Amino acid sequence: MKLTGAQILLKCLEKEGVDVMFGFPGGAVIDIYDEIPKSSVEHILARHEQGAIHAADGYARATGQVGVCLVTSGPGATNTVTGIATAYMDSIPVVILTGQVPRALIGNDAFQEVDIVGITRPCTKHNYLVQDIEELAVTVKQAFYLARSGRPGPVLVDLPKDVMQQIGEFHYPETVEMRSYNPTQKPHVGQIRKVMKLLKKAKRPLIYSGGGVITSGSHEELTWLARNLRMPVTSTLMGLGAFPGDDELFLGMLGMHGTFAANMAVNNCDLLLAVGARFDDRVTGKVDTFAPKATIIHIDVDPTSIQKNVSVHVPLVADCKSALAALKVESEASLDDHDWKEDHREWVDQVQAWGKEHPLTYKDDDVVIKPQYVVEKIYEITKGDAIIATEVGQNQMWAAQFYKYTKPNTLLTSGGLGTMGFGFPAAMGAQRAFRDKLVIDIAGDGSIQMCIQEMMTVVCNKLPVKIVILNNGYLGMVRQWQELFYDKNYCETCLDAQPDFVKLAEAYGAVGFRVTEKKDVESTLREAFAVDKPVIVDIRVAREENVYPMVPAGASLTEMLLV
Amino acid sequence: MKKHTLSVMVENEPGVLSRVSGLFSGRGFNIYSLNVAPTLEKGVSLMTIVAEGDDQIIEQIVKQLRKLVPTIKVKDLTEMKSVEREMVLIKVNAEDSKRAEILRIVDIFRCKVVDVSVDELTIEVTGDQGKIGALTSLLTRFGIKEIARTGNVALQRSMQIDL
Ligand SMILES: Cc1ncc(C[n+]2csc(CCOP(=O)(O)OP(=O)(O)O)c2C)c(N)n1
Ligand SMILES: [Mg+2]
Repeated sequence: MKLTGAQILLKCLEKEGVDVMFGFPGGAVIDIYDEIPKSSVEHILARHEQGAIHAADGYARATGQVGVCLVTSGPGATNTVTGIATAYMDSIPVVILTGQVPRALIGNDAFQEVDIVGITRPCTKHNYLVQDIEELAVTVKQAFYLARSGRPGPVLVDLPKDVMQQIGEFHYPETVEMRSYNPTQKPHVGQIRKVMKLLKKAKRPLIYSGGGVITSGSHEELTWLARNLRMPVTSTLMGLGAFPGDDELFLGMLGMHGTFAANMAVNNCDLLLAVGARFDDRVTGKVDTFAPKATIIHIDVDPTSIQKNVSVHVPLVADCKSALAALKVESEASLDDHDWKEDHREWVDQVQAWGKEHPLTYKDDDVVIKPQYVVEKIYEITKGDAIIATEVGQNQMWAAQFYKYTKPNTLLTSGGLGTMGFGFPAAMGAQRAFRDKLVIDIAGDGSIQMCIQEMMTVVCNKLPVKIVILNNGYLGMVRQWQELFYDKNYCETCLDAQPDFVKLAEAYGAVGFRVTEKKDVESTLREAFAVDKPVIVDIRVAREENVYPMVPAGASLTEMLLV
Repeated sequence: MKKHTLSVMVENEPGVLSRVSGLFSGRGFNIYSLNVAPTLEKGVSLMTIVAEGDDQIIEQIVKQLRKLVPTIKVKDLTEMKSVEREMVLIKVNAEDSKRAEILRIVDIFRCKVVDVSVDELTIEVTGDQGKIGALTSLLTRFGIKEIARTGNVALQRSMQIDL
């Protein structure tokens, strides 16, 4: 069957099972848009390409499927760069389709030409310029395969306009053959045995679980191991939800804004089992003093993550799922003859005592609304059964600390890049994937303004995302650093000029609430969550509240500033 | 800090060189030299990269190179027996009074004169880094006007013994 490039592209997307893509049209992609109405792939029109790419990313984080984004050449393409880098840092599978000027014009500084393949080379897992219609289907097939296999990530496909108009034969390859790409997956048996031996010897083991556990869908294996071998668990921001946040073995997040118990446990454990985590500087603090007493085992699908920041004793290159499953099989036999519970009793008692000594807390107030109180209320009202997106800053840290994530893929947050403006469009993507779920963006007053235009998208697509703004009238996290480390020189972080968020919601056809008194927090949140429309809840919180505990940048994890 | 010679087999596709060089610049790794050309196998190019770093950095470089999607194979030849050669063209001052001595050096090093003028000689030399270093330092006192180097190319020895 002879088809145009545009038709072939959409057929490929159908073959990949894509049900929705987020995008924004332009001259270079009109041929593709011309075919969309005839295809089963739904298109959601964002109001900014950054919104589109974050929405595709949020869709991917919430579902585990590849998210898809379609934009035009030039400015359309460059507007996605922040979102591509965001997905890259957090290993999220997205395919970005960008229009390009016709082949004959490439390199001529044509109207709306930009070398997007060159620009995104360092922030994509891989990218392609499709040079001929003959390569189109194979390239799209590879793009989806690369995006979701191994360590997932964004893959960009640049599509010259005339290739979309070319006529060609459509065959979608059944399989992908790439001699140069073989993501290693199965764990080495010898290494698994070695790990098992070390686990049996350890008296003070700790699991340090990261985003890879969620990406690989190995939360059940992780939970099984932790519970049966009685090992306490701490998690990175990206890993929250993999291990139930309400379990007695869960210590909370580690690192800069980690809990006292988690950071003390890292400092005192004799074995650290790192799974799908990458020893980011926000996690380790000063590297030389990180987990000083521990034998470190590192499971990761990406060999470059291993020995990059911290030198580990036992590397194990494998996807977390097969590695943890293998460890489970190895340890099942030991359950009868090895008393794990007794072995680790003292240690578990110790970490739990640390948890009681300095729990996550804040000084509540009868009058002023504390942001942490709002997050706690959101947790109580939703009973943890919601998808939470966050913006970046203090709001993000409080959302991580005071809401207990009990299921994977329920926290959508820009961990690696820390992209303000991510949360709301990501929530929009997640809401499109799960229309009946409660999806809440815990936002800051600064961040929310970075992609606020997507209000129109959620309203006209009936995506009832709930935005709860912890409105402190500051770029709060930066202000916190200025307070603590820059003599309170609050240069350019005070946001006392603000839009009226209630009217803004209404202007878009959404619903707005404002809360200024503590007694109204709970009732207003309940009311807002019950509305079947997009809602903004503008909550005026204590302006100069800080996120604690805090380990100053570059300090050891034990140097925590507490409440 | 030690120099390592890496042999990197890649798919010969557009942008592959830029992926490799971008990896070095983006991650702050040092490239000493880089040579790339097609192999006999269709669609495959061989890069010889000389990179500098301590063991941990070289390990990262090797892993990062392997992670690039078009990379087929990466070998650290410093870890094995290999032959390494570089070709260098050197244009050196050679007024009459110095010419004989320069030609003697050319003879000793078994290299070739490939261009000549009234007061210059251009010399072609092929060898390992030791030979090239020795020759250039000997010629320096005559005044080297220009120098063009290919960068190392290298292959693993078939039998892992030095010949
Ligand atoms: C795009 C972008 N620009 C700048 C920053 C730096 N930054 C980190 S947190 C923060 C403050 C965010 O303010 P707000 O959204 O009000 O959140 P708060 O910390 O007050 O909760 C800023 C400016 C960033 N992370 N992302
Ligand atoms: Mg704020």
